[in-house]
Amino acid sequence: MTLTGFFRYFASALQWGSFYALIAIGYSMVYGVLMLYNFAHGDIFMAGSYIGLFLCGALLAISAGGLISMPAWLILILTIVGAMIGTSIVGVLVERLAYKPLRNAPRASAAVTGMMLGLLMETANLWGLGAERRNFPSLIETTVYNIGGVSITNTKIMVVGVALAVMYILHLFVHRTKVGLAMRGCAYDFPIVPLMGVPMDFIASATFVLGSSAAAIAGVLFCISYPVLEPYMGMLIGWKAFIAAILGGRGSIIGAVFGGYLLGFIEIFVAAIFPSTLRDLIAYSIALLILTFRPLGFFGEPYSAQLRL
Amino acid sequence: MRSFIQEIRSRVTGIPIQAWVLGFLVAAAIERLVGDTIAVPLGLGTVPRLFGVRHMVKSPLLIPNTIVYLLVIYFVPISVMAWLTRPLIKRLPSRLSMPLLLVALYGAIHVWGGLDEYRILVLQFIFISILLTVSLNLVNGYMGEFSCASGGFMAVGAYVASVLTVWGFVHDDVFGPPVLPPALGPFAFPIALIVGGLGSALAALLVAIPSFRTRGDYLAVISLAVTFIVKSTFENLEVIGGPRGFMNQPRWASLPVVFVWTLVGVWMMRNYVSSILGKGATGIRDDETAAEVMTVNTRRIKVVTFMLSAFWTGIAGGLFAHVMGYINPATFGIMKTAECFAMLYMGGLNSITGSIVGAVFYQFMAEALRPLGIVKWMTIPVIVFAFMLRRPWGLISFREFGFLRKEVGRAPASD
Repeated sequence: MTLTGFFRYFASALQWGSFYALIAIGYSMVYGVLMLYNFAHGDIFMAGSYIGLFLCGALLAISAGGLISMPAWLILILTIVGAMIGTSIVGVLVERLAYKPLRNAPRASAAVTGMMLGLLMETANLWGLGAERRNFPSLIETTVYNIGGVSITNTKIMVVGVALAVMYILHLFVHRTKVGLAMRGCAYDFPIVPLMGVPMDFIASATFVLGSSAAAIAGVLFCISYPVLEPYMGMLIGWKAFIAAILGGRGSIIGAVFGGYLLGFIEIFVAAIFPSTLRDLIAYSIALLILTFRPLGFFGEPYSAQLRL
Repeated sequence: MRSFIQEIRSRVTGIPIQAWVLGFLVAAAIERLVGDTIAVPLGLGTVPRLFGVRHMVKSPLLIPNTIVYLLVIYFVPISVMAWLTRPLIKRLPSRLSMPLLLVALYGAIHVWGGLDEYRILVLQFIFISILLTVSLNLVNGYMGEFSCASGGFMAVGAYVASVLTVWGFVHDDVFGPPVLPPALGPFAFPIALIVGGLGSALAALLVAIPSFRTRGDYLAVISLAVTFIVKSTFENLEVIGGPRGFMNQPRWASLPVVFVWTLVGVWMMRNYVSSILGKGATGIRDDETAAEVMTVNTRRIKVVTFMLSAFWTGIAGGLFAHVMGYINPATFGIMKTAECFAMLYMGGLNSITGSIVGAVFYQFMAEALRPLGIVKWMTIPVIVFAFMLRRPWGLISFREFGFLRKEVGRAPASD
């Protein structure tokens, strides 16, 4: 691998790592606060992409109709914000429907309801919108920067930049605000915090809002980079991000970010060195090895909590 | 109303399962004999193949007719037979009750399924699902882990068994002419299945060994990674078809074969969970540290439980391959595991009965709703969802029906 090739792969790895990290944050936050796997999170990501697609289409139509003419960057920002709001509603609905009634039930049951809700969302999408792949309109023109022989597109830079900014904002939110304090309290001791007067339902919803917003941003960014949408896009990327979240360490935001980028790097560089069909095989074998020798992931804390079964 | 329901309940609960099965046998026989003569005047065309659910789904106008049909063919004979045979069965010596149940059960499914190929296929799928669910229950229920590797283990069993049978008995493009005489087929099939199960048990070591040091979520991801690794391995093995799949398996997994394997599997796992090792697994679920302090060899129990569970999952995979005659890696992905979860958690943890009920219910529903097409995959999640919300612990959990209960721990009477 030449040096320029290395940097090209490096940029792709950063981009994919950003997607994984943004989605993994959602898994991790929900895990930290509610101690459950949100197996519908991949489909929340899918919902975010589709909401972004329709919103973007509508805004472009309004803009082209001459009603209010908007520049492309404004449309992009409005799309992201709208997708965040829409996806948050979806996320809170998922929480209210699938997880809240089962808060005192076995965690695995909640995992099954989440999985079923995810399946329902996928199929509803397939049924309602059809199986054809949809193309995301190109909002920003691709410019290729050439830095020392390494060509990097502006979308890649934007993806990584936005992802890092979002992660930093989330970090600030969790550590500097009152809601964030309550979230960390729940992560620390789940049964006691409601006794201290913290409204559990509100905290749970807020967690889902944050996680879903991150997933929506990931969805819109993903669509800009790879402008093809299909109903099952959430499943594959979602499961991979779940693995990334656990690799980083259960319930830790920094861990999720780290795990996401780690998975991105593993996948891209494995595909660069070996035949691409072996990508999954080698990538997951590495993940398996990591978890065998670091059973708590990289940032996970040792715990004695039992499965609530 | 309530007292009426209680009255019915008290009458129904006293009837042993053997009587119900005998009733079903009689009902199935009646359906074979006079099913058509009743179905045609009711406007159902032919005998409804899955209790008329398809008719009801397709055309709601036929619901009353179907209900009449069900009442005449199933409800009346079953209740009458159950009521009549109850005193006889109660007087039966207890060592005969289990053989009677098995004979009646096989007779019932044989007569019921004998109507057409489709019913046989549904029954085969149901039995395979029972094996899958009970074996998943060993790990996820009795041992309290969260293993997502059902699909992967099933794939290992399916591929290993298929390669053996195709290599031995089928003229294949890759493996050449059959190397064994066809007369050996019926004897070699169980061996191929067992080798498949053993391969699957070996794959389970990939999950079992990390489980010494971790559990819960991390183990879930480890097992998930194992599923992806297995699937990706088979996709990359061009010899056995790669992503296109592997076909030409001899269709040896007929209904009696599947029935016997399921029986043996359920019997073995039922005995396992009430053995000392199985009690140790329950100890690990409740408190691993405490179990270890109480001299439970947790490592040994984990390895044995994971391998036993994977062994039977692998057998189920082998049977599946020889029912379908075609497998491809995509069959054994996350969706398969999600289905196993739905069957297990809907049926109920820590109960063989619950697993059987869940598997039968889910598979039956999946087949009966097939005419809905894609809407089926919206209906099934909603139904499973409703069940989970209503009964978060599953339909039947932590208890067994009498015939599956094993009397343990009774010291021999001293004289």
